Amino acid sequence: MTEKVGVYVCHCGSNIAGQVDVEDLANWAGEELEGVVVARDYKFMCSSLGQELIEEDIKNEGLTRVVVGACSPHLHEKTFRRACSNAGLNPYLCQMASLREQVSWVTTDKDLANTKARALISGAVHRVQHQEELEATEVPVSPNTLVVGAGIAGIQASLELADAGYQVYLVEREPSIGGHMAQFDKTFPTLDCAACILTPRMSDVGQHPNINLLSYSEVEEVSGYVGNFHVRLRKKSRYIKEEDCTGCGICIEKCPKKVLDDVFEAGMGYRKAVYRPFPQAVPKFPVIDTENCIYFERGTCKACEKFCPTDAIDFEQQDTFLDLDVGNIILATGYDLFDTRKIPQYGYGRLANVFTSLEFERLCNASGPTDGKILLRDGVTQPQSVAIIHCVGSRDIRFNSHCSAICCMSALKFGHLVMEKTGAEVYSFYIDMRPNQKGYEEFYDRLLQEGMHFIRGRVAEVTDAVRQPGEEGKLIVQAEDTLIGMQRRIPVDMVILMSGLESRADARDVALKFGIACSMSGWFTERHPKLDPVATMTDGIFIAGTCQGPKDIPASVAQGAAASARVQSMITSGMVEIEPIVATIHEEKCSGCRICNNLCPFNAIDFNEEKMVSVINQALCKGCGTCVAACPAQAITGAHFSNEQIFSEIEGLLFDVVSGSGLKAAEPAKDSVPA
Amino acid sequence: MNTETFEPKIVGFLCNWCSYRAADLAGTARIKYQPNVRIIRVMCSGRVDPSFVLKALALGADGVMIAGCHPGECHYLEQNYKAMRRFQMLKHTLRSFGIEEDRVRLQWASAAEGVQLAEAINDMIEKVRALGPLNWSGKYAENGEVEAAIERLAEEHAEAMEVPA
Repeated sequence: MTEKVGVYVCHCGSNIAGQVDVEDLANWAGEELEGVVVARDYKFMCSSLGQELIEEDIKNEGLTRVVVGACSPHLHEKTFRRACSNAGLNPYLCQMASLREQVSWVTTDKDLANTKARALISGAVHRVQHQEELEATEVPVSPNTLVVGAGIAGIQASLELADAGYQVYLVEREPSIGGHMAQFDKTFPTLDCAACILTPRMSDVGQHPNINLLSYSEVEEVSGYVGNFHVRLRKKSRYIKEEDCTGCGICIEKCPKKVLDDVFEAGMGYRKAVYRPFPQAVPKFPVIDTENCIYFERGTCKACEKFCPTDAIDFEQQDTFLDLDVGNIILATGYDLFDTRKIPQYGYGRLANVFTSLEFERLCNASGPTDGKILLRDGVTQPQSVAIIHCVGSRDIRFNSHCSAICCMSALKFGHLVMEKTGAEVYSFYIDMRPNQKGYEEFYDRLLQEGMHFIRGRVAEVTDAVRQPGEEGKLIVQAEDTLIGMQRRIPVDMVILMSGLESRADARDVALKFGIACSMSGWFTERHPKLDPVATMTDGIFIAGTCQGPKDIPASVAQGAAASARVQSMITSGMVEIEPIVATIHEEKCSGCRICNNLCPFNAIDFNEEKMVSVINQALCKGCGTCVAACPAQAITGAHFSNEQIFSEIEGLLFDVVSGSGLKAAEPAKDSVPA
Repeated sequence: MNTETFEPKIVGFLCNWCSYRAADLAGTARIKYQPNVRIIRVMCSGRVDPSFVLKALALGADGVMIAGCHPGECHYLEQNYKAMRRFQMLKHTLRSFGIEEDRVRLQWASAAEGVQLAEAINDMIEKVRALGPLNWSGKYAENGEVEAAIERLAEEHAEAMEVPA
């Protein structure tokens, strides 16, 4: 071996040095490990002085490889690569050993910690000598952005980007933008009318010269990589010619078919077979619902066509496809509500006057089915007492263990609206009250003063079986009041179930389509839960709003803006570096067996029929190395993770057995088991 | 016979995105686990060539852990499923060599599961400790050809795959 390796052991203050004998480790590496010409220990390697140490040694000692024993490479690999690069050494000739996260912080026995530290340093020294020079490639970033989902988060992200002068394609699968927020009546804790604050934003989107609004459309296919994504969209047929439609609404007026609207009105109201979800819909064009349209059912009617003043109805219209090139993608696909039917003891669907939170939003909404009057299911009676049940389908290990984050505040808002509009008594059954943002606690106080009743306890059941006088014709809510340690039966006229937030039913398919990860419960996974909440592990794909986890409107808006800021910095820098960690097929070794072809989920491997060998498109390769491991002819090498590099790392890690010395342990390790 | 207390050596192959981050988290959260595991970072559990495991065992490791993202959470979409399939075949092969099942382990650990990863490592170490040393390396020392044979395996495999023209 002719490489000259420099080994640097970081004390990290006392984080490493407190548990590992760093000086001894550096001396040992210098004396025992082949190839090591410089071995030092230093208080803080990541400090500028520590980095200078490396740079000086590269220049003066002619180091050709660098090993830094410090923290996790996820923290400071970039730092030390840059230091190497500054001194003229290819950054990929530097390797880190995680002495802090994998040794000093997790090991109680000092002797064993020292041995493990030696193993990790030895592994890195062995490996680094097989590492190769690599060059990161730079590719241009397209200034166009795709935003998927036009709820409040997607709207915010689109407007920020469009205002900055960049072209945005905003895709929404429903006929109108607005998302869940458009369905709400008021917003907590300020009691602003949701429509009053949302609809101006919606029309901004509709009129913005830089926003290409693609409503009633879905993403079919995504290919490419950061800076250069190719997206295929399906623009579903509305059966309305958008270029001719003026949005006058005569077709809706004349349509003879009434349909229960279980999307926007949550099953509380009706729409026509040709419809706009709500009056302020953006865009203004209606949609013909072919499942319910009389013409599509029976072949006659066409009332809309007869009355349309601009001949904009087209029963023959087909879905069209659109191919877009974008540099970045923001996903803001939102949430679904927990299906309250899954908890039969709460009676939803069986007991008429049990409502879901979304149904109640529509009931309360001035433009809703009752014009904002809070009425029982019969449509005439005002309730005199209302129970609100929190955490329905959330904080419940049978369904979702997470907290849905918005229900406490929505419940307070509902309580206020019920008392204001009907003067009814309101009982709130909660587990914990969590009003934890600006102005929320104050709103809770206000409701306490307004006389809303709070009962701490999860409701056992909602029933109409009368057991005591006074319960006739009522819904009885049975719960344990855990603050007084007693069972209570409270008869009420109306029950509202605060349905929890769940990830979209198709979240996993969407994650797969865009190549990002999601958690077991379907929320999209951010790059870092604290420091990088809107980026994903896939470069160029960002997430905003409730698709990442339950959150309220202010948090969704903040994420929408944050995601657009991240995209803007990508666009303004113009170029993006792509890690050179990709696989390569060596033509002369490839037998053309094609085993690798189907292994790649990114379709980066093609078969060259002429040469009868497989070829990797390195722009598409993400560097996972699965094909490398699978190739029976070992014709594929994975840059920076080659077989040679990993074999030598194994050999290095097992320094104490390979050389036959044996690990000398005084006592069997009795480490504490994690709590 | 060696009278020293037996300290098993486990080589861990951890994927860059979930399990290696779980190990980072175990560190940050100061979760203590036994130091008998030595970790190698790979980009994906799908990168783990069965020959890595054989090599580690041949060189003297007493056990090997492969850790990756949970099914459905793979950074590379579905490559951990490929690791899972490969692991089943590997176990089959190891059984025919007479290597006990508990010496190799496939562990899912998300980036948030530092505690779970540490527990799995402790659990595996205890199981391997109970099994005692894997004496492959001893045999290898007696007969230097074993390693050469393992290295030849891939070539022989490739030859066997060649279709005569």
